[in-house]
Amino acid sequence: MEKSAFFNGKLLPYLLLVPQLTITFVFFYWPASQAVRQSFLREDAFGLSSEFIGLENYQALFAQPEYYKAMLTTLVFSTLVAALSLSIALLFATQADKNLKAAPAYKLFMIWPYAVAPAVAGVLWFFMFHPTLGTLARPLRWMGFDWNPLLNGNHALILVVMAAVWKQISYNFLFFLAGLQSIPKSVIEAGAIDGAGPMRRFWTIVFPLLSPTTFFLLVVNVVYVFFDTFGIIDAVTGGGPAGATTTMVYKVYADGRLGGDLGSSAAQSVVLMAIVIALTAIQFRYVERKVQY
Amino acid sequence: MANVVLRNVRKTYAGGFEAIKGINFEVGDGQFCVLVGPSGCGKSTLLRMVAGLETVTSGEIDIGGRIVNAIEPADRDIAMVFQNYALYPHMSVYNNMAYGLRNRGMPKPEIESRVQDAARILELGAMLDRKPRQLSGGQRQRVAMGRAIVRQPKVFLFDEPLSNLDAKLRIAMRVEIRKLQRRLNTTSIYVTHDQLEAMTLADILVVMNGGQVEQIGNPLDIYQKPATTFVASFIGAPPMNLLPLRSDEIKSQLEGSAAANEAGLLGIRPEDLVISSDSAAGGIALDLTVEAIERVGAETFIYGSRRHEAQGVAANPGELPPGEVIVRIPGAIAPAIGERIRAVAPREKLHLFSVDGRKRIEL
Repeated sequence: MEKSAFFNGKLLPYLLLVPQLTITFVFFYWPASQAVRQSFLREDAFGLSSEFIGLENYQALFAQPEYYKAMLTTLVFSTLVAALSLSIALLFATQADKNLKAAPAYKLFMIWPYAVAPAVAGVLWFFMFHPTLGTLARPLRWMGFDWNPLLNGNHALILVVMAAVWKQISYNFLFFLAGLQSIPKSVIEAGAIDGAGPMRRFWTIVFPLLSPTTFFLLVVNVVYVFFDTFGIIDAVTGGGPAGATTTMVYKVYADGRLGGDLGSSAAQSVVLMAIVIALTAIQFRYVERKVQY
Repeated sequence: MANVVLRNVRKTYAGGFEAIKGINFEVGDGQFCVLVGPSGCGKSTLLRMVAGLETVTSGEIDIGGRIVNAIEPADRDIAMVFQNYALYPHMSVYNNMAYGLRNRGMPKPEIESRVQDAARILELGAMLDRKPRQLSGGQRQRVAMGRAIVRQPKVFLFDEPLSNLDAKLRIAMRVEIRKLQRRLNTTSIYVTHDQLEAMTLADILVVMNGGQVEQIGNPLDIYQKPATTFVASFIGAPPMNLLPLRSDEIKSQLEGSAAANEAGLLGIRPEDLVISSDSAAGGIALDLTVEAIERVGAETFIYGSRRHEAQGVAANPGELPPGEVIVRIPGAIAPAIGERIRAVAPREKLHLFSVDGRKRIEL
């Protein structure tokens, strides 16, 4: 039983909540509401005045074929990154969970990439796979593969997916490993005595017992691919070639910051926000039901 | 149905620590064998070696005439009940029991009938759809038992299955386990550190200490004729009184017997001592000062210090400190603290051990 403290005054509980609420308001609700407000306005070219134009920004946005292309790119990109980074991290974590002599060193090296800033990671991958300079691009070309992420949109997308996956594996690995280590060893042993081979044990015992971790990581990873991959995309491809790697969040930046169309950029942020909120809600509503015990 | 034979079984860990130092014993078909010993004596390791969860460094483990050293746990035809039950938390009670049968590709109707049978025997019928977390400790314990019996294995292995239950439930489950084992007539090996559980459950009792077997036998034989001072102290509560023979008080009383010339330890069970003012003809009388009294209702334990012997600290946990003697008397009427009493034991109730406590000497 957890003991809860009781306060006689009505004021104190609210005072204790103030710091948290202030932070949430200043750094979340205020900017978010500004974005919503901005999405209904049109700024003049010099930024001196703005006028209310209703839903015109949204109408213009949904009339753009580029926007649908960005949505499709985002869908492909986020599915690939979330699926690959989760499954590869799970594979690595199951290996690290075994009683190996080198396990501590292995874990340390696995976690390292997480300490690399997204933009730096992007630059690393850009140079490694640069068609003429890249140390890893050369063997590809030598094998007769016409590797060129600077001109080929698919190659560019593969490159940013690899960079984003590489960056996220460490984080997922850490949580999967902690999840695996919290599964009692005797339950696995009981499975072994009950005649389940290693693969069957994994899919019928370990994987279901990991589901709270997997669900948490799914939510975090979806948010990651939607927002935090901006740095990688900017450093590796800058959204190109010809918009092949322009995801929705990158388009917000490109249209607002580079194109100067603040109204459209704000409208895109609102759409993006709505999508992420909806996705998270769906995950909580449907996936969490399947999360075991 | 099978017997289990261990031949010179050893276990050495990678660090060089020798957990099991050459163990031999045989459990006959349908017998209930209990491995008992203090924590760290290797009894759980030995059980896990029989289960196949630990490798065998050398020696042979034979289940039903087949050497199983290199055989996977799943193929040894054993079932194990774990201390923490190790139920699958995400599966219902039904699926917990059916899991091992499904893995072996048993047809559905047969699984259904076996699980229903086990549920009836263990009174789990109403709980088949529940998850383990919705059950009480005793119910979880039953599910763990159910998971073992549906498999109808050759051997049951129990790793301290009752130690997570409260005292009352532990006694009830102890009786149930024994009844169930008799009914199914399945060879069983049971690990416990509780000497009372060991005494009440075992057909064969294996007392272990420091990775070695101290004594093997029928529980009552072990109680009546402990082979070493370790067994004498470990089996029986309160433990046997152990007194050095060289003490003048004892030596003079045993004059004329073979024991008087030996250097060794004299053992007397607390219940074999009687408070009496007579001197014991041929037996032994100890002059004590009452230090403490424990009344448990039906009987009373009197802790006395010997007036002719220096007091000290116990050499091993579970043993009495030198100079202290426990007397167990029926009823609740006891002498007062500080009173001087004489405790007497007849000759035939005395046990004699070598100085190092490793050998029993017949009087």
